[in-house]
Amino acid sequence: MSAPAPTAEQAPTRRRSSPRRRARRIRLVQYAVLIVLVVLALFTANWPQIIDVFFRPELVAATIGPALFLALGNTLIYTAGAFLFGLVVGTVLALMRLSEVPPYRWIARAYIEFFRGLPAIVVFIAFGLLPIAFEGMTIPWDPYGTVWVALGMVASAYLAETIRAGIQAVPKGQVEAARSLGMSSATAMRKIVLPQAFRIILPPLTNELILLVKDSSLVYVLGLSIEGYELTKFGREAAQSEANLTPLVVAGFCYLLITLPLTVLVGRLEATTAKAR
Amino acid sequence: MSTPAPERTRPRGEDVVVVSDLHKSFGSNQVLTGIDLTIRRGEVVCVIGPSGSGKSTLLRCVNLLETPTSGSIRVQGEEVTDPDCDIDAVRRGLGMVFQQFNLFPHLTVLENCTVAQRTVLRRSAGQAREVAQRNLEKVGLGERGDAHPAQLSGGQQQRVAIARALSMEPELMLFDEPTSALDPELVGDVLAVMRQLAAEGMTMMVVTHEMAFAREVADRVVFMDGGVVVEDGHPDEVIGNPRHERTRTFLQRVLDPTHVQAGAHDAAHAARHAGDPAPGDVAETPPTPDHH
Ligand SMILES: Nc1ncnc2c1ncn2[C@@H]1O[C@H](COP(=O)(O)OP(=O)(O)OP(=O)(O)O)[C@@H](O)[C@H]1O
Ligand SMILES: [Mg+2]
Repeated sequence: MSAPAPTAEQAPTRRRSSPRRRARRIRLVQYAVLIVLVVLALFTANWPQIIDVFFRPELVAATIGPALFLALGNTLIYTAGAFLFGLVVGTVLALMRLSEVPPYRWIARAYIEFFRGLPAIVVFIAFGLLPIAFEGMTIPWDPYGTVWVALGMVASAYLAETIRAGIQAVPKGQVEAARSLGMSSATAMRKIVLPQAFRIILPPLTNELILLVKDSSLVYVLGLSIEGYELTKFGREAAQSEANLTPLVVAGFCYLLITLPLTVLVGRLEATTAKAR
Repeated sequence: MSTPAPERTRPRGEDVVVVSDLHKSFGSNQVLTGIDLTIRRGEVVCVIGPSGSGKSTLLRCVNLLETPTSGSIRVQGEEVTDPDCDIDAVRRGLGMVFQQFNLFPHLTVLENCTVAQRTVLRRSAGQAREVAQRNLEKVGLGERGDAHPAQLSGGQQQRVAIARALSMEPELMLFDEPTSALDPELVGDVLAVMRQLAAEGMTMMVVTHEMAFAREVADRVVFMDGGVVVEDGHPDEVIGNPRHERTRTFLQRVLDPTHVQAGAHDAAHAARHAGDPAPGDVAETPPTPDHH
C-alpha cells in the first residue's frame, strides 16, 4: 500500500490510471449501483403487501403475549440446560482426550467425531423416536430432559475440543508449580488448570452458546406439547394458523434479542483477551 | 577455629537429600551421568555450572518433576524413585522456586499462598490465611495480598513465589535460578529474602549464576559440568581457589573483568548466553509459553 506505484513513476503519460484514481472510480461505481438498486426496490416493490405479510401491526400486537414469553423462556431453558450438560460432558471428554490411558482417548475421539459429523437434526429425530422404539421409555423432566440430553450431547462434542485447546494453552509451569506444592494431579487440574483454561476459552465458549441458542430451534422435530414450544415452533404454528409471516418475524427478533448481546459480549471478551496477551 | 564466620556455623543436621549415582537422559541426550550429592539439614548448597550442564535437571529430579533414568534419590529418608513412594507427600516437604515464578495468575497473591495449604494440608481458611500473611510479610509483601500477580513486578512476583513455597512449611527449599528472569535492579530484593532465609537456618539448594551470593551465603558450592559434579566444597575453595581446570575456565568466563562492571548478574547472563544465537536471530525463536 505504502510503496509508490512504479507504473505511475515510470510512465507519466499513463498517470490517469494510477491505482489510487482507479480505486476511487471503483468506489464511486459501487455507490452508484447501490443507489440504483435502492431506488428500484423503493419503486417496484409492493410495499403495502410486504408490510402486510411480514409486519402486520395488529398481528405483532397479538403475537406479543404470554405464549411468546413462554416460548422465549423455553428457548432460554433448553439452551441453558443443554449448555450446562455440554460443558460437563465436554470437560469429561476433553480430559479423556488428554488421558494417558489410550482407550479413553479412543472413546472420546470416536464420540466427538461422531457427533460433530452428524447433522444435529438427526440426533433430535432419533431422540423423538426413542420412546416408540423402546416401549415405555421416558427421560426424566420431559420435555426438558430430552432436549437437554439431545442438544447437550451435540454441544458436548464441540465444547470438548474447545476445552481441550484451553487446557493445552495453560503453560506447563502452572502444573509443575501446583505439583511442587504437593497437589495431586486431579487437584492441580481442578484448582489451577481448569479455571485458567476456561478463562482462555471464554470467547469461543460464548460463540458456541450463540450457536446453541439457534440450534435449540431443532427441537420442533420432537413433537412437543404447547407448553414445550420454543420460539421457532411457536412462530411457525402461529404463522400457519394466521396464514401470515408476522408471528415468525416477531419470534425471529426474539432470537436476536438473545444473540446480539452475546455477540457484543464476545467482541468485548476478545478485546480484553487480546490486551492481556 | 576461634573466630568462625558467623553465618557458616549453623548446626548441621542429618541428611535431607542424598543423591547417588543419578543418571538422567532425554532420548539419546545423556544429561546427568552419575551425580552424587548430599545435603544436610541447615545447609545452603549453591549449584553452579555452564548452561546445559544439567543443573535444572538435577533440581527437578529431586522433586520428581523429571523421572530419573537410574540411580537413587533419598529425600528425608524416602527413596523417591521407588514406585511405592508417595511423591505428593515427599513434595510437601520440598519448596520449589522457578526461574519464571509460575505464580497462579487467576488467584490473588494471598490465594496463591493458601490454595495448597487448603487442598493439600487441609488447613482451615483462617489458619491458611494467617500462615500466608506471615510469609508474605517475611518477603516484604504483607500489603499486597489482594493484588493479582500481573499487577506485581518480577521481583515482587518471585518473592510471592518464595512465600507460597514457605507457606507449606517445607524442610528444604529448591531454587532454580530465581533471579535470572529479573531486571538487574530487582535482583537485590529477592537475594535479600534468600539471605534472610539462610540466616534463619532453612535448608536450601540453589541453582544460581550469582557468584557473589554463592560466596557469601553458601555453605557449599557444587560445580557441575557435562552431567557430573566436578567440584564440591566450601565456596572459598570452589569459587576462590578452584582445583579443576574446568571450574577455572567457567569462573573466568563468568567473572570476566570485561563484564564485571555491568554486575555479576549480567556477567552470568553473558556467559550463559555465550552459545545463544546472534541477536538478529532471536526474533525468529517462538515466544516461550510461560510469558503472559
Ligand atoms: N524436558 C526436556 N526434554 C528434552 N531435553 C531436555 C529437557 N530438559 C532439559 N533438556 C536438556 O538437558 C540438558 C540440560 O538442561 P538443564 O536445563 O538441566 O541445564 P541447566 O544446567 O539448567 O542450564 P541453564 O543454565 O541454561 O538453565 C540440555 O541439553 C537440555 O536441552
Ligand atoms: Mg536451568
